[in-house]
Amino acid sequence: MEARATRVGLWIWTAFVIAFLWVPLVLIGVYAFNKSNVQSWPIPGWTTHWFSVAWHDPDVRDSLWLSVKVGLIATTIALTLGSMAAFAIHRFRFFGRESVSFLLVLPIALPGIITGMALNSFYVFAGISFSIWTIVIGHATFCVVVVYNNVLARLRRTAPSLYEASMDLGADGWQTFRYVTWPVISTALISGALLAFALSFDEVIVTTFTAGAQTTLPIFILDNLRQGQQLPVINVVALVVIVLTTIPVAIAQRLTRETGILRTE
Amino acid sequence: MKRIRKIHVLVLALVAALLVPAAGVSRGNGTSLPTKIGKGEGSLNLIEWSAYSDPSFANKFEKQTGCTIHRKDAGSSNEMVALMRAGGGGGGGQYDLVSASGDASLRLIYGGDVQPVNVNLIPSWKDFLPAFKSPAHNTVKGVHYGVSVQWGPNTLIYNTQKVKPAPTGWGDIYSGKYKGKLTVPNNPIQIADAALYLEQTKPSLGIKDPYELTKSQLDATVSLLKQQKPLLKRYWNYATDEITSFKNGDVWMGAGWPYQTLQLQGAKAPIKEIVPLPTTGWADTWMLAKKAPHPNCAYMWMKYVTTPQVEAKQALVFGETPVNPKACPYMNKIEAGSCAKYHLNEPASYYSKIKFWKTPVAQCGWQPGNDCMDYSAWQRAWTEITG
Amino acid sequence: MTVDVQAPPGAGPPIRRARLRFGAAVWRRPWLKAIGLLGPPTVAFCVVYLGALAALLVSSFWTVNSFTGELVHQWTLDNYRIIFSLSDPTYLRIAGRTIGIAAAVTITDALLAFPLAYFMARVATPRLRGLLFIMVVLPLWSSYLVRIYAWQTILSGGGALDWSLGKIGLPAANIAYSNWAMWLVFSYVWLPFMVLPVYGALERIPHSYIEASRDLGARGSRTLRSVILPLALPGIVAGSIFTFSLTLGDFITPLLIGGTNSTFIGNVVYENIGINANVPFAAALATIPVAVMGVYLVIARRLGAFDAL
Repeated sequence: MEARATRVGLWIWTAFVIAFLWVPLVLIGVYAFNKSNVQSWPIPGWTTHWFSVAWHDPDVRDSLWLSVKVGLIATTIALTLGSMAAFAIHRFRFFGRESVSFLLVLPIALPGIITGMALNSFYVFAGISFSIWTIVIGHATFCVVVVYNNVLARLRRTAPSLYEASMDLGADGWQTFRYVTWPVISTALISGALLAFALSFDEVIVTTFTAGAQTTLPIFILDNLRQGQQLPVINVVALVVIVLTTIPVAIAQRLTRETGILRTE
Repeated sequence: MKRIRKIHVLVLALVAALLVPAAGVSRGNGTSLPTKIGKGEGSLNLIEWSAYSDPSFANKFEKQTGCTIHRKDAGSSNEMVALMRAGGGGGGGQYDLVSASGDASLRLIYGGDVQPVNVNLIPSWKDFLPAFKSPAHNTVKGVHYGVSVQWGPNTLIYNTQKVKPAPTGWGDIYSGKYKGKLTVPNNPIQIADAALYLEQTKPSLGIKDPYELTKSQLDATVSLLKQQKPLLKRYWNYATDEITSFKNGDVWMGAGWPYQTLQLQGAKAPIKEIVPLPTTGWADTWMLAKKAPHPNCAYMWMKYVTTPQVEAKQALVFGETPVNPKACPYMNKIEAGSCAKYHLNEPASYYSKIKFWKTPVAQCGWQPGNDCMDYSAWQRAWTEITG
Repeated sequence: MTVDVQAPPGAGPPIRRARLRFGAAVWRRPWLKAIGLLGPPTVAFCVVYLGALAALLVSSFWTVNSFTGELVHQWTLDNYRIIFSLSDPTYLRIAGRTIGIAAAVTITDALLAFPLAYFMARVATPRLRGLLFIMVVLPLWSSYLVRIYAWQTILSGGGALDWSLGKIGLPAANIAYSNWAMWLVFSYVWLPFMVLPVYGALERIPHSYIEASRDLGARGSRTLRSVILPLALPGIVAGSIFTFSLTLGDFITPLLIGGTNSTFIGNVVYENIGINANVPFAAALATIPVAVMGVYLVIARRLGAFDAL
């Protein structure tokens, strides 16, 4: 439909931007096999040595496990609170309804450093000592909106007559939820949960303010970037994380028709 | 039902985590010092410069005492202070010891983040060089807030292939000859380096102590550093930054520590360092966190790392100098001539030429009154220079 | 839909009757359900997040005893006076640099993303579209720190950039540790955040609109200007919320990539919280990004960006 020149131009531009996005990632992949621990280019030789170093490093394992735990708990909280809020907003009209979206989006739309320092001084003020839970609360605050947006978008696309029909046929609230609402929102919940987990798994700015002695994977990576003793290990971890995340991203894409940032819905 | 119960547990746990205040045992203000080291608690949490509990000597300690070490490596003095102050200060009930340098130690003492230490429980303490027994950066009004561990000078590092002739003094990082190829630390205490340089070159300013500057002296130093800024490639934040920049040729000359030089020489980079005297230097102290959860293991560690054998090992791992002169033969045993190389055999007069980092306070040591600029003024000035 | 139609209301075991009664009661009083649903998230949110934000704002009018680091609960504008001082514009300079780079990054990302998103939405085959989508999203999932660090190795001396330039006979670019490097790296890490909503917005434009425009005699550029761009605008604004805000609040990139003139608001805030324990000053400084983002969000909502998030 577009003129031929336009199409060619778009092709070239797309290729350029995709290359821009991927060249650094490919480099990290190559450096993971770097024989030398100096990150110069081109690399002097190939080795898989760093993979076994990373695998046997207890710090890598601990921080990875902590990040997974934090991600799972934060996602669970976000699923609960986010879908509750989405149902309420979808179902009811009340004063201040319009501001709820605005408020929920704040923790992710305001710079991370603000969220971080606000939570930090809140914890210090309330005398809460840092633990995995302080990290979880921080992450849950900005993950709620992800689930909320996914579920709300799905609910808006669903005809209200479905619920009314269910009620008319004599189903109680639970049955309506189980047999009508749940099938409608389940994929939205899954894609919301995946995004929430991804956000939590990679978060570092808020976490630096809310983690005490706990080291999540991003904090571990940051520490090592600064100290620079295990750069090859970092490359390996990064490569493995990229490869592993291909699966959930592909799943999320399958469950998707439209897109936004905070929802794959 | 089962699912509901799980959620209940989760919520309860969350509420509990919210309500339970700092679990760390808070000890008194140190009015009663321990008189003996009790049984180890099985764990020891350190905030340290990387390699300060290197496995090459820490493994033996863990075996002997049963205290398992958990390390948090800090990249800078500022990070150490930040870590100690996280979670309500005093180490947040998480950390036991911090290997604070002199520019951080007084801040921790005045901030109430560390507690007094009974040096009589550290047998090697009496062997320390006099300069490190009760230095101003860790001892206030006769109260010790930790034990000294190692020290080192700030050095002038340069690339032997690019910088010819070799530099002779600190003046070379303030002159434009290597514009765009210089680096200095991103740390307010760097102001002292410039002040020390001005003390030599501009006596009219009347600088007596590079850490005790009046308003006008600080202003003069700041303007020198502002002139230096366009000459720099970057301010380095972490020792690795500087190592990387020297390695890949982004930087040819800069202020650093022997640690960087050792690492670079180990990587076969054409790097050398000089120590132009007088110079600034750092001295590190293991300080006991106020809310230390494992004080017995902490005391055992302070006792262990100050023994001559361990002091020697640590010195050669990191590239620094022990505070315990009895370490000298052990150093030579590991690396011949290393005791002299690291200046452990110098006479007392040598130490007067090294101005050890200390946190600037309002009370000047060299004149009565509170006319000197304190650390927050230094911090502001540094932001003004670098920002 | 599998709907249970066996039991009419009022029949069945007592538990089911109770459930029905409860359901009916709630149905008749929707506010009950509204409170039940909205209560927990609102309370959690207000207490933790808004409470913390408000406390922060209040504390910006206090000061800290510089010697002991303790809070002085005395109302003063001193913090703001230091920040907005014209005689020593250090903090104004830092704020200006932060906002300026954030704006530059946002514009760059919009320019990079729009043609790509347009290609994905309107030119690519469904198969290619799926592949491109994954290729845009995956970088977002890989560690943000690692991506910054990858650029550090690319840009610094002896890195891949100098090597490639050398191969084609050009001198070294020498942009490591500068604001140019920061602009490049920020644009890189936040680019997917811009592509996704723009793609979403473009995809939703009915094809008939474009045909109608063409039938009415508009040329390609006119269609782009008068039909496509206005409809894509909410997507662009939604993306810009992220590119702008994420840049505005960053302090790690300036540490790892920045040069001698790269201090960000985030760095000063971080230093004042952790190191000086001067929360009031940090809070006062933080009001700048909060105010900027507040205005930005209000405008973004007017432009319909929240539906494109």
